[in-house]
Amino acid sequence: MMYDRILVRYGEISTKGRNRNKFIDRLRKNIKRALSDYPNATIKAERDRMFILLNGEDSEGIAEKLKAIFGIQSFSPAVKVDKDLEKMKDAALELFRKIHKPGQTFKISAKRSDKTFELDTNGINSEFGGHILRNIEGLKVDVRNPDINLQIEIRKEASYISAETIKGAGGMPAASAGKGMLMLSGGIDSPVAGYLSMKRGLEVEGVHFFSPPFTSERAKQKVIDLSEKLAEVNGHFALHIVPFTEIQQAIHKQIPENYTMTTTRRIMLRITDAIREKQGGLAIITGESLGQVASQTLESMYAINEVTNTPIIRPLITMDKFQIMDIAHEIDTHDISIRPYEDCCTVFVPSSPKTKPKLDKVQNFESFFDFDELIQKAVEGTERLILQPASERLDDSMDDLF
Amino acid sequence: MIYLDNSATTKPYKEVLDSFIKVSEDFFGNPSSLHKIGGQAEKLLQQARSQVAKLLNVKEAEILFTSGGTESNNLAVKGIAMAHRERGRHIITTSIEHASIHNAMVQLESLGYEITYVKPDGNGFISAGSIEKELRDDTILVSVIHVNNEVGTIQPIKEIGTLLKKYPKAFFHVDFVQGAGKVPLDFYEAGIHLSTISGHKFHGLKGTGALFIKEGVRLSPLFSGGNQEWKQRSGTENVAGMVAMAKALRMIFEQSKEKLNQMKAAMERLRSGISQIKGITIHTPRENSAPHILNFSVKGLKAETFVHALEEKNIYVSTTSACSSKKKAASKTLLAMGVPQDEAESAIRVSLTYSNTVEEAEIAAKAIAETVKHLSEVVKK
Repeated sequence: MMYDRILVRYGEISTKGRNRNKFIDRLRKNIKRALSDYPNATIKAERDRMFILLNGEDSEGIAEKLKAIFGIQSFSPAVKVDKDLEKMKDAALELFRKIHKPGQTFKISAKRSDKTFELDTNGINSEFGGHILRNIEGLKVDVRNPDINLQIEIRKEASYISAETIKGAGGMPAASAGKGMLMLSGGIDSPVAGYLSMKRGLEVEGVHFFSPPFTSERAKQKVIDLSEKLAEVNGHFALHIVPFTEIQQAIHKQIPENYTMTTTRRIMLRITDAIREKQGGLAIITGESLGQVASQTLESMYAINEVTNTPIIRPLITMDKFQIMDIAHEIDTHDISIRPYEDCCTVFVPSSPKTKPKLDKVQNFESFFDFDELIQKAVEGTERLILQPASERLDDSMDDLF
Repeated sequence: MIYLDNSATTKPYKEVLDSFIKVSEDFFGNPSSLHKIGGQAEKLLQQARSQVAKLLNVKEAEILFTSGGTESNNLAVKGIAMAHRERGRHIITTSIEHASIHNAMVQLESLGYEITYVKPDGNGFISAGSIEKELRDDTILVSVIHVNNEVGTIQPIKEIGTLLKKYPKAFFHVDFVQGAGKVPLDFYEAGIHLSTISGHKFHGLKGTGALFIKEGVRLSPLFSGGNQEWKQRSGTENVAGMVAMAKALRMIFEQSKEKLNQMKAAMERLRSGISQIKGITIHTPRENSAPHILNFSVKGLKAETFVHALEEKNIYVSTTSACSSKKKAASKTLLAMGVPQDEAESAIRVSLTYSNTVEEAEIAAKAIAETVKHLSEVVKK
């Protein structure tokens, strides 16, 4: 007996009111895209759950894909059976035989939304439990901590039998909450900030500051590789690469050393904001974490943030480095982030940056030079890449080597 | 020519050689160089790593590139032994391992480690129970060959791995050299911590291999130097070789999908042909054995003579494992299975790959029958 469907339970979508269909539709599209390798699978979205009808496709492969999709609370591979008690018992036994290994314990969990069914939940538990116990040698029940929890759900149209509930990624369906620009340095934090934003349904585009020859092609490649990881979520990821050398040199010339960092961050934010406007985004996302480095003290953030009113989302603001690193490992960006190349955040670091910059001082230093023109030029010279997920990377010139 | 010695080595695929040459010519940089030429080489190495990882269903950071099966086996065994010697000095392996495991163990014995060699049953199988009996509190490593290179038996790796999950102190290494591309193995599911593959056994090049090292497993390096491969294996990376190996691995997996049945049919044809010859004993069991290896003895004939006689007919087979063919020695695996000395000395191994056809098997089986008949007439009984 093969599973014939996967039952998907919504997460937070269930709390939505009149907008619910918009969210469900978004989720359906995201699932459909993620399952493009399984052309026969079809999706049936209902108000309070979704069914993926397998039509012969591999349930394990599909389950692997579903685990990563935001907006899913949990899901269960299941079998649909007519509400005929004998048929149901046979199906339950057959499914149980398939997954049971000697020595495993079990329990039955019945759920009955159709109250007209001939047995109540207790009746279902004992009827099915008895049937399986009679047919499988040496099997024991354990209602507290079973190895297999056989779930039997009776609904109006049919009954569904499943044996496991797999935890989903939670969050909100990707790209259901508008767009934000992620400042992507190549470090450990920013990709995690991007991922967590996507988890809440934001569509995210990356902005990276590139200062050749001070930073190398490899630093850029690193950010491209990180973007390809983030692209796994929505199937693509837009990355804006900003030419930053000229500005960095101007800052170096114009601004006293211990204030260069503050000004650099302010200008980066202005450029990101301009790109945001072009792209129709409504927020800027950063990987800042309170007190982690000189630019991430409250005083620094106050002085830097002054250049824009655009909401700045800082998903990591209260996290410890270890928590951030754990997530980076989970989403597989950590090992890319730790490649040891100079990036825009490390190359021009002054020996003792101001940890408590004064806003009036920064404004005063910047007033002696017209940065606007350079900012305009950098925005215009920004290169935009649309990246595919690392796992479906399109052919490039070297691919025939592999 | 009918080449039936694919467990000794395989002929590199043409596409694999093409990649090797192209990378060597156009992307000759040292991945550690900072400039663009180095960057390209580094990118290729990374792509090779990611492809190998994907094909084996593991993470990129869990694939360490080496110079082949021997190095990977030595690194796994000695690397774990050195790194964890304070925790214990007892290692369990089997008496039917490849020489690169066996002799590494012998060397460790001389350094004060205690090695237990578990024997197989009469069919060449190591049971999970026989491993469990030997497990102790100070056991730090269990190393078991997946597909035996001499007779082709498949050991119950998943069962042994499942059992070892109850013994969290012992690492589990699997020599997967003969299995890769022929007999599927899920490293994670089988609870494996380390596993060896070798490029030239699946139509890659000699001098290329990899060791799977599960995330979080610590070992001491054999080579110290420039700290390549996360400091676990210094030495300038063989970029062209690894790209070639990644390609070969992809191709053997594809071949396996398309042609496994053809290879099985060829093997069946050989087996049924050979089993009808008088005076022949087949040592490879029918059940739980790899689809590409067949080991048999011809009563009263010297294996070496037999190999050369077939060679005259342009058919190439080997005496037990290639690494020991030059030594006049009985097959260690067969002796461990309890096969008598004279039979173990006259053992012949035929090993296939996906390009071998049923027709070739037909010709080979006939030729083997003729050779046995002919030699038996010549040799005094």
